[in-house]
Amino acid sequence: MTWDWQFAIEIFPDIASAIWLVIGVTFGAYLVSLSFGLILTFLRRSSFKPLAFLTYWFIEFVRSTPPLVQLFFVYFALPAIGITLNKYLAGILTLGIHYATYVSEVYRSGIDAVPKGQWEASRAMNFTKIHTWFRVILPQAIPPVIPMLGNYLLVLFKETPILMAIGVGEFLQEAQLIGAANFRYLEPITIVGLLFLLLSYPSAILINKLEKRSKLGYSANKKQKGMSVVGTDGEAVKQSAGG
Amino acid sequence: MEKQLNNQQVADQEQALVKYENVKKQFGETEVLTGLDLAIQPGEKVALIGPSGSGKTTIIRMLMTLEKPTSGVIKIDGEPLWHKKVGGKLVPADEKHLRRLRTDIGMVFQHFNLFPHMTILRNVTEAPIHVLGLSKEEATERAVDMLNKVGLGDKLDAYPEQLSGGQKQRVAIARAVVMRPKVMLFDEVTSALDPELVGEVLQVIKDLAEETDMAMILVTHEMDFARDVADRVVFLHNGQIEEQGNPSEILENPKSERLQAFLSRFLA
Repeated sequence: MTWDWQFAIEIFPDIASAIWLVIGVTFGAYLVSLSFGLILTFLRRSSFKPLAFLTYWFIEFVRSTPPLVQLFFVYFALPAIGITLNKYLAGILTLGIHYATYVSEVYRSGIDAVPKGQWEASRAMNFTKIHTWFRVILPQAIPPVIPMLGNYLLVLFKETPILMAIGVGEFLQEAQLIGAANFRYLEPITIVGLLFLLLSYPSAILINKLEKRSKLGYSANKKQKGMSVVGTDGEAVKQSAGG
Repeated sequence: MEKQLNNQQVADQEQALVKYENVKKQFGETEVLTGLDLAIQPGEKVALIGPSGSGKTTIIRMLMTLEKPTSGVIKIDGEPLWHKKVGGKLVPADEKHLRRLRTDIGMVFQHFNLFPHMTILRNVTEAPIHVLGLSKEEATERAVDMLNKVGLGDKLDAYPEQLSGGQKQRVAIARAVVMRPKVMLFDEVTSALDPELVGEVLQVIKDLAEETDMAMILVTHEMDFARDVADRVVFLHNGQIEEQGNPSEILENPKSERLQAFLSRFLA
């Protein structure tokens, strides 16, 4: 069997047409993992010990079971207790929650790296807990871990083919259907690999750039972001300094 | 409620702004403070000196609510800090109670602890805006005023990482003072500085001590500074007050052997 260019060109649009679905599912699941991951991080630090303990075990449980099994559980087993989700939602939630457990570990490492003095200063300034978290701790904890978070976006993206198992028409599902109809798998499956490479590689470069930038200080970041940051605060200053 | 409290204060004849009553603090097996009694009057400047491990930093950290006393009562304006009166009984204070009393206390740390992701100006306006509820203009005016006073009016848009240690510490002082607390706590504020930067920070504190009627508790190893600024020097040893009095008395005519030994190390 040799490579058939004409067949490849013919079927490429059919497989590539799944691109928006794949991107949609990826970003949907990523958003779930970023936000649910933060919630898990908070719950795990709860001063109410049973809740912190329960969260710890939930994270361990989700991380040590395969995503495919979790997907089947969500899509095929949950309806038995009255929770029925469509395949897209099931796919997004399963991947999102699975990666939330990893993302929460990333957040945790970022939070642990914030010096204790920042918590103490926040207390001395009499900030509320919420203010301390969202204006002091997280703005320092997140930037250094952005590359790690970005990396999980890529890993999650590469995990989307498992959704084929519940009939979501992503790249692999499309290729599989075309392959079965024409008794030719070489071209369709190769194209799937190519599409993943095409999307992954530029993202990897982008993450690399983010990583370099996150190593610069806060003052360097401000300059890169441009004038808007300087503008709003700077103006108020000049006015009152003059008056 | 407030009236009741005032009557009580009058009845107790308590004029002290801060009062430690038999306060003990243990870290695990180690007893850092073994029954501290100390009262600080409004506007009084008190220097805490003593060897490391004598409990001086713990004293102010408990007042800033960074450390919880193992037993005993700390009062601010006659009101227990770590406890709440519920039906005549003292119960552990909740966050709401701590937040209310904390408004009277400000602190400057050994390692500055500025917020590195905020400009100098925002470091100083953040609490006035979000804790005191001042308008942005009002907070900015107050902050710029204060930063001018510590000589950093030209660094408003800089980030902490662009400043020297001495400048950072002056910002940290401005950040605390702008909240107008009744008592300011200074925790070895020059210990992390290069020797040539110590002077500028001490000068700022001296000026502040002369200009304001805030009480100050200064944990320090700078004996000359303690003499210049403090109304009273308290020498701590092994978690207890070994000797206290006015600065010249304590620093020039120490009575206890331990204080003599401690001071001789500074003269050598």
